[in-house]
Amino acid sequence: MFRPRALQSSLSIRDKIYSIDYILLLSILILGIISIFAMYSTDGGQFLYHTKSHILRFFIFFLFFFCISFIDIKFCHKTSLLIYLIFFLLLLGVKYFGLTSSGSQRWINFYFMNLQPSELMKVGLILFLAKYYSRIPSNDINNLKYLFFPIMALLGPILLVMTQPDLGTSVLIAIGGVVVIWLAGVKIKFFAYFAILFVSLTPIAISFLKPYQKGRILTFLNPDRDPLGAGYQIIQSKIAIGSGGLFGKGFLNGSQSYLDFLPEKHTDFIFTLFSEEFGFLGSTLILLLYILIISRLVKIGHLTRSIFGKLYCYSFATAFFSYVAVNMGMVLGLLPIVGAPLPIMSYGGSSMLSIMFGLGIAMSCKIYKDSPIN
Amino acid sequence: MINQAGPSKSRTISRRIFILSIAKATVFCGIFGRLITLQINESTKYKTLSDKNRFREWRLAPERGVIKDYFDNELASNQKVFQLHITPENTDNIEALFFRLKNILNLTDKRVFALKRKIAKQKPWEPIIVSDNLNWSEFSRINLFLHELQGAEPVVSVARVYPDFSSSHVVGYVSRVSVNDLKNKKYLRDLSVAGITVGKTGLEHKLDEQIIGTVGFQRYEVNAYGKRIRQIQLDKGQSGKNFKTSIDATVQKFTAELIKDKSAAVCVMDIYNGDIVAMVSSPTYNPNAFVYGINNKDWQDLLNHEYKPLLNKAISGLYPPGSTIKTIVALSALENDVASTHGKVHCKGFIDFYGDRFHCWKKKGHGYMDMRSAIKRSCDIYFYELARKLGVDRLAITAKKFGLGRKVLEDFREEKSGVVPSTKWKKKFIGQNWYLGETLHSGIGQGYFLSTPMQLCLMTAQIANGGYEIKPRIIIDSETKNNKFKNYIKFKNKFPDKPLPTELLFENINLKPLFRNQENINFIKDAMFGATNEVGGTSFSSRFKNKKFMFAGKTGSSQIKRFTAEQRKNEVKQNQIDYKDRDHALFVAFAPVNDPQYAISVLVEHGGSGSSSAAPIAKKVIKKVLERHELRSKIPKNYGKTV
Repeated sequence: MFRPRALQSSLSIRDKIYSIDYILLLSILILGIISIFAMYSTDGGQFLYHTKSHILRFFIFFLFFFCISFIDIKFCHKTSLLIYLIFFLLLLGVKYFGLTSSGSQRWINFYFMNLQPSELMKVGLILFLAKYYSRIPSNDINNLKYLFFPIMALLGPILLVMTQPDLGTSVLIAIGGVVVIWLAGVKIKFFAYFAILFVSLTPIAISFLKPYQKGRILTFLNPDRDPLGAGYQIIQSKIAIGSGGLFGKGFLNGSQSYLDFLPEKHTDFIFTLFSEEFGFLGSTLILLLYILIISRLVKIGHLTRSIFGKLYCYSFATAFFSYVAVNMGMVLGLLPIVGAPLPIMSYGGSSMLSIMFGLGIAMSCKIYKDSPIN
Repeated sequence: MINQAGPSKSRTISRRIFILSIAKATVFCGIFGRLITLQINESTKYKTLSDKNRFREWRLAPERGVIKDYFDNELASNQKVFQLHITPENTDNIEALFFRLKNILNLTDKRVFALKRKIAKQKPWEPIIVSDNLNWSEFSRINLFLHELQGAEPVVSVARVYPDFSSSHVVGYVSRVSVNDLKNKKYLRDLSVAGITVGKTGLEHKLDEQIIGTVGFQRYEVNAYGKRIRQIQLDKGQSGKNFKTSIDATVQKFTAELIKDKSAAVCVMDIYNGDIVAMVSSPTYNPNAFVYGINNKDWQDLLNHEYKPLLNKAISGLYPPGSTIKTIVALSALENDVASTHGKVHCKGFIDFYGDRFHCWKKKGHGYMDMRSAIKRSCDIYFYELARKLGVDRLAITAKKFGLGRKVLEDFREEKSGVVPSTKWKKKFIGQNWYLGETLHSGIGQGYFLSTPMQLCLMTAQIANGGYEIKPRIIIDSETKNNKFKNYIKFKNKFPDKPLPTELLFENINLKPLFRNQENINFIKDAMFGATNEVGGTSFSSRFKNKKFMFAGKTGSSQIKRFTAEQRKNEVKQNQIDYKDRDHALFVAFAPVNDPQYAISVLVEHGGSGSSSAAPIAKKVIKKVLERHELRSKIPKNYGKTV
């Protein structure tokens, strides 16, 4: 079943290139190229700022993804706590040195880019919890003592992100963390307890919500409540997607986005723009590409032999799924509007960095699938 | 090495990821289902919504039709107006822009303040009109400095302009649409376009619906903030119908100049086809002042002016016809066989009837008067006697036949119909019985009698053409048969008893004679000739010796206030009493005498006697009109007819 150790540690370059998951690679590349065209369309069919910087970012981070892929998974395994701590410190840093934009403090200014540590934390938390659970024996997993630490690791970043405030990202971070805990085998009753606790705390939580956040939830429940205010985004997004029809309005002809009816078209509503211009066929293509990526991630989880690798790949696949599902659900009017970018497609450096980082680790799991982890 | 608990742990993980995968698949199915709903099932609905977002329509005000005179001069035309719009969005510094504009256009601080307030109220990309009517020098200065005036936009638009004020009362004016206009006029509501002007008086009002044109559309693609991005469709609409009138702008101008500092009115009419050659009311006003909305001070000045410039005195001013009615009284008496032309009445300056003393205008009296000399010299005593014999009701019938007491033109809502008194009329409107003394006053055109100068002109025209009814017109369109009247009337006047020649028969003209015996009409015409061209005639001093211009007329002065016995005794002259109490001066005439072509009526409010103030004006106007007759007759008569 296991190859001799000597073989495993000395994979030749050829072996590594052979074991790259080309389907995953190709899917990412196709989505990236599609996103460049979409970005070109948001710039009104001109080669402007958003398009240029999106292209630059995509290629830099794609390269980054490639580099990460060829770093042995063992390295990530070893440094995962460190990575988590660095990201956590960055999140703390946001609290003190962060840049504020449209009412929330999310970014740290590094000279080459404004970094959003909460995006990185999405991956960092999964990495850390995967390592944690791969190391404790299965008997101890349901021990309350061992549950305390992951919950702390989970709550810390979530609370920090919530107070930025950024409800969407904190929910996505939470989903990632909870998925790892779930996959590790924590008993369902604990989840049930948490669910009960969560529901009973909801009324208190609601009182802490900002008025605009409350508004968004109420608007989600009834978009016509305030068609020019809070409901505007959902209504315009639905109009844009619906008016795309089967074949779409054609590239660069999406009137809803071109005429600025569509809000946040570069970031959260990039899928809407694409759906409007390329119709049902286009949106189905995007959906299929994401399904392909997620299923490849799950497949890698199957192939990799270490518990850490499995936990990471499955969790990241699920987290990735949740990003896609939340974003699409949001623009399709199935979920409230909670600022969540669509992975790879959306404009935004941090999101792209974090996704490419996560995908890179998964790819490394594939390449070093037989690498033994202590 | 792999963790000890490896196999069991990895089983748990596999089991749980399987559960999660099913959950994921379900969610993706949900998303896919939603896509089907939105993009396939409900796509039509959302396409409509998207277009509703996207397109916005603007209506374009059409160009008004032009009103022309008989010689195709424009009485109401359109001009390019130069406007200055500012789009606040396009300027970096609105304060600096206003500072520059203030120097270039001489804007007042108050105006700048009002503009700034307006800007604050609207969206930054909506242009505001700084000035809707710049003159050429301002406009060219703006264009010269345009590179410094970021955000300012010179615009060329079209607006109504009245090149000459002499026809203001005929043409009327346009102004901004009022609430009442919208309420009363369906076509205006249907147009529903901003920035349109609507005819308020005169022909502009009468023709409004046809002259206003059809509205254009401009369909724009707009963005989420309502800013126009791109023009999708443009339908310019149709400019309104053009109209030609019978007015002669040259005569209008000449006449208006002649009476400009009097409160007066002059009407000139073609006696055969009823074309109104001139209709001038003085003082006139500047109709251009109304186009962009008149300011309150100017409006009050117009309203409070002593001479009432806004009133079209030719058709809306009511005056007792005075002695000009005497022709009708005489005619009525002849037609009803109550008097002969030879019967004489002795005028000694006054006459006592029914216990009252009635005075002649000539204190010393005229002596023995027959009908011709009574008309010629306008003897009141003769006509008291004649009216007494005739009775007011028979007089009323004749007067109405000749056009008094009803509207002459159908084109003006401001036209008045005047009063032809009769016993029935008095019973109905005043509720009293008729007094015989009032018959005597009616006989010299005083008392209840009220007429407009236009009615007097029509009356004279219908006498002058031999007693045929004509339908006055001011708008010339293809449908009126008036153009053939002349040949018919001339033939009939020459050979009253001969059957019509075939070409006239085919025209199927049904002219209505207003006489029983045409001799009577000819007698009146001859008497009017005497009144102007024979020694002792009331308008003898205004006569023309040249046969070409020779005219026949009748003077009249309508009394406003009864002369007191004291004034009569002191022989107070008109210019010695208050302006407001002076008589209105009237004069009616037709010319040329040998082959009459035009009738004229002149009114000078509080002008004193007809012979001294109205007749000299008529003399000059007649000369002008006759000089232009040849020119006028060259214009093809069948204008407007579809050939």
